[in-house]
Amino acid sequence: MKEITCKLLVIGAGPGGYVCAIRAGQLGIDTVIVEMAKPGGTCLNIGCIPSKAIIHAADDFAKTVAMAAGKNAMGIKADNPVIDLAKTMSWKDGITGRLTLGVAGLLKKAGVKIVVGRAKFRDGKTVAVETETGEQVIRAENIVIATGSVPVELPMLPFGAKVISSTGALSLTEVPQRLAVVGGGYIGLELGIAFAKLGAKVTIVEALDRILPLYDTQLTQPVAKRLAALGVEVLLGTKVKGLSSNGEALMAEAGAGEEKRIAADKILVTVGRKPVTEGWGREELELDMDGRFLKIDEQCRTSMRGIYAVGDVTGEPMLAHRAMAQGEMVAEIVSGKRHSWDKRAIPTVCFTDPEIVSVGLSPDEAKAQGREIKVGQFPFAANGRAMTLSAEEGFVRVVARADNHLVLGIQAVGAGISELSAAFGLAVEMGARLQDVAGTIHAHPTQSEAFAEAAFKALGHALHI
Amino acid sequence: MAEKLIKLPDVGEGVAEAELVEWHVDVGDLVREDMVLAAVMTGKATVEIPSPVEGEVTFRHGEIGDIIATGTVILKIRIVGEGADGEEEPEIELPLSQPEALSVEPQKQSEPLVERPKPAPEVIPQRPAASSVPRTVGAPRAEGEKPLAPPAVRLRAKEAGVDLRQVPGTGPAGRITHEDLDLFLDSQGGGGVTAGLQPNKAVQEVKVVGLRRRIAEKMALSKSRIPHITYVEEVDMTALEELRTRMNGTQKPGRPKLTILPFLMRAMVKAIGEQPGINALYDDEAGIIRQYGGVHIGIAAQTPSGLVVPVVKHAEARDIFDCAREVARLSDAAKNGTALREELSGSTITISSLGAMGGIVSTPVINHPEVAIIGVNKLAVRPHWDGAQFVPRKMMNLSSSFDHRVIDGWDAATFVQRLKALMETPALIFVEE
Repeated sequence: MKEITCKLLVIGAGPGGYVCAIRAGQLGIDTVIVEMAKPGGTCLNIGCIPSKAIIHAADDFAKTVAMAAGKNAMGIKADNPVIDLAKTMSWKDGITGRLTLGVAGLLKKAGVKIVVGRAKFRDGKTVAVETETGEQVIRAENIVIATGSVPVELPMLPFGAKVISSTGALSLTEVPQRLAVVGGGYIGLELGIAFAKLGAKVTIVEALDRILPLYDTQLTQPVAKRLAALGVEVLLGTKVKGLSSNGEALMAEAGAGEEKRIAADKILVTVGRKPVTEGWGREELELDMDGRFLKIDEQCRTSMRGIYAVGDVTGEPMLAHRAMAQGEMVAEIVSGKRHSWDKRAIPTVCFTDPEIVSVGLSPDEAKAQGREIKVGQFPFAANGRAMTLSAEEGFVRVVARADNHLVLGIQAVGAGISELSAAFGLAVEMGARLQDVAGTIHAHPTQSEAFAEAAFKALGHALHI
Repeated sequence: MAEKLIKLPDVGEGVAEAELVEWHVDVGDLVREDMVLAAVMTGKATVEIPSPVEGEVTFRHGEIGDIIATGTVILKIRIVGEGADGEEEPEIELPLSQPEALSVEPQKQSEPLVERPKPAPEVIPQRPAASSVPRTVGAPRAEGEKPLAPPAVRLRAKEAGVDLRQVPGTGPAGRITHEDLDLFLDSQGGGGVTAGLQPNKAVQEVKVVGLRRRIAEKMALSKSRIPHITYVEEVDMTALEELRTRMNGTQKPGRPKLTILPFLMRAMVKAIGEQPGINALYDDEAGIIRQYGGVHIGIAAQTPSGLVVPVVKHAEARDIFDCAREVARLSDAAKNGTALREELSGSTITISSLGAMGGIVSTPVINHPEVAIIGVNKLAVRPHWDGAQFVPRKMMNLSSSFDHRVIDGWDAATFVQRLKALMETPALIFVEE
């Protein structure tokens, strides 16, 4: 096959890779992208997007079930709701299909050549791609590694028919009666809650003594409360041992050495994700590592000249929006512009029920940095819009410097709160002070009023509490 | 009688002018007797001018680098205790400064000076800070504080190559605004500061004064007048090094440590005995070559202020230890700046040696009006073909320049070959013929 020569080669068409390629194409850079599956990566195909679809469907279904059970305060009644999970899945697949087609279209529009196959480095400037029709050699001045991450597999619970990863959970066509979730991080909780709402008897097994260790307990408490209300059993401080001898149940050990047998039809293992640093020739290139990740500098450059890396393969937080920002930046750098990573904050969103958002520093993190801080917190119980949504659980919390009131971080927990991440991110990135947030008119009645009120509270004069 | 005039003294034989290289006092200073007032340079020697009286400096003439004729009044000192203020001053318009006027009402300094009754015009240049606006606020932010700027400002800064840590922020909480960046870019002349390779358009003017000026003049003179021929030859120093090590090993107290230089000096004395034309000064204007019986060897030495050439006088009358002792003494004196004028002049031939920095070849510039200079390159162990095999030998090159107007290539080569022969068989240096 004829060799391809280009200025920029991107390996992996997930959020980091495809954004990099689109931007590079827009900038007039001769760009090729290699992807072994569908464009969009984990995010569009088996991650962010499909999980949100299932979470939304499960939530709607749970509401309807509550209506049928006569538990709807608004007076809505329903009769015997059922969910056809296979249809739900095909609806979800429709969404991901449209999105991946959309990405392919955007790449094409930007003039990016897509090569489907598995890429492997030959040297720092050459990559060989195994395609369906043979080997395609691509030579590039610059190469971006955007190989992403995969779910971590537990040695005592290898993925199989019964033991599934998040990918497997997102393609179930029947709701398992009993679902055991190993790992109480955000992926496990998002999916665990969704399946609980779909009717599964969910047990969450977490080795640590708390759920969602990424967030402080103030933020996770409303989630714990909801888990209890949904009848989800949460076993903290419990380590999984493997399958029972007959393969029917999950064996675990609680703190005191007490053995637990958790009967389960499916076991969802969500104990984290690991970067894909093998299988594409990293060993031959001898790229420097930073722990289990590829080492990059503030321009996403690896230890080898002309080779960049973006996304999950470069470290925490393994989030699509971080990868996209990196990808966009690398395209600009390759085009000759002077750019470097200068973000003040990367928002994290946890799509549990209720949702959790965190941008910038939490009070504990700010204090750990030796900051004198002011904290303002406003509960949704005092927010009119939240009441009308029957979503009074949660709050918005603003963390600011005590000396000049610069906003250091914003956290919130509540229904639908993920959409407020935009306002939070903008405030931190623009360097807003408490007065800037408090002095911005927030539309009434919206949940966003809680943001302004939290700022007022930090300033010492909240109006509605 | 109330005032003492300080004139530029006659600092050396036949010197009609000298360069002012240091001022130690300013107008208004109180000086004590014997306090150093200024320093001037003639030739390569610096002469300090002490105060003969106690009093207050009332007048100063000349700037650093000026060439001043001997006898010119350079300072006036009002003698303490003699003469009252009311006495008529013969000098007109002494620019007296009034320092106490500086401290009052600094805010009002920017007002038109015309309204001020005090005729103190020299005050103005001493107050540059009064006119500067918030642009110069010192360090942009406290140590460890990251610059705070919205993304659009960050992007502009990156594209302009500006490191935002250098930019003061005037916005809320010290936020850097677009205006702050504009101001910074203007003050930088549009140029960036960091991020990648940046052209540096700065030009610093360094006034060529004092010793540097002397060196510049001397070099220009040598190179413009003298057609140099440079001849390079390698010398096998193995035997000489063995001898030298042994001599240093059996050192008697009081004997100096021997370097290569005294051996070379003695070899030069020997070779000059056969070729006196090498040890000469060529007065090209008069058309006369003066061949000297005495071998006065200048040793080019690096000092903190520049190149100086102290001279070992009558090397022909010194044994190797005496040569070594004199080289050590003179180079110390030159480095400390205590070398006398006489010790820095009168050479008839010069050695240029940079020791470990000697490189493999140099093109030494002849110390005008001499006719030869011997350059010593670095000694190193190099493979040498002895006819059957390569053997490690301590090799050193001599790079020597000659005035081709009066020394032919053949003579130059003969002289260097003689030096080589002497140094390769160092016993010959000590044989009395």
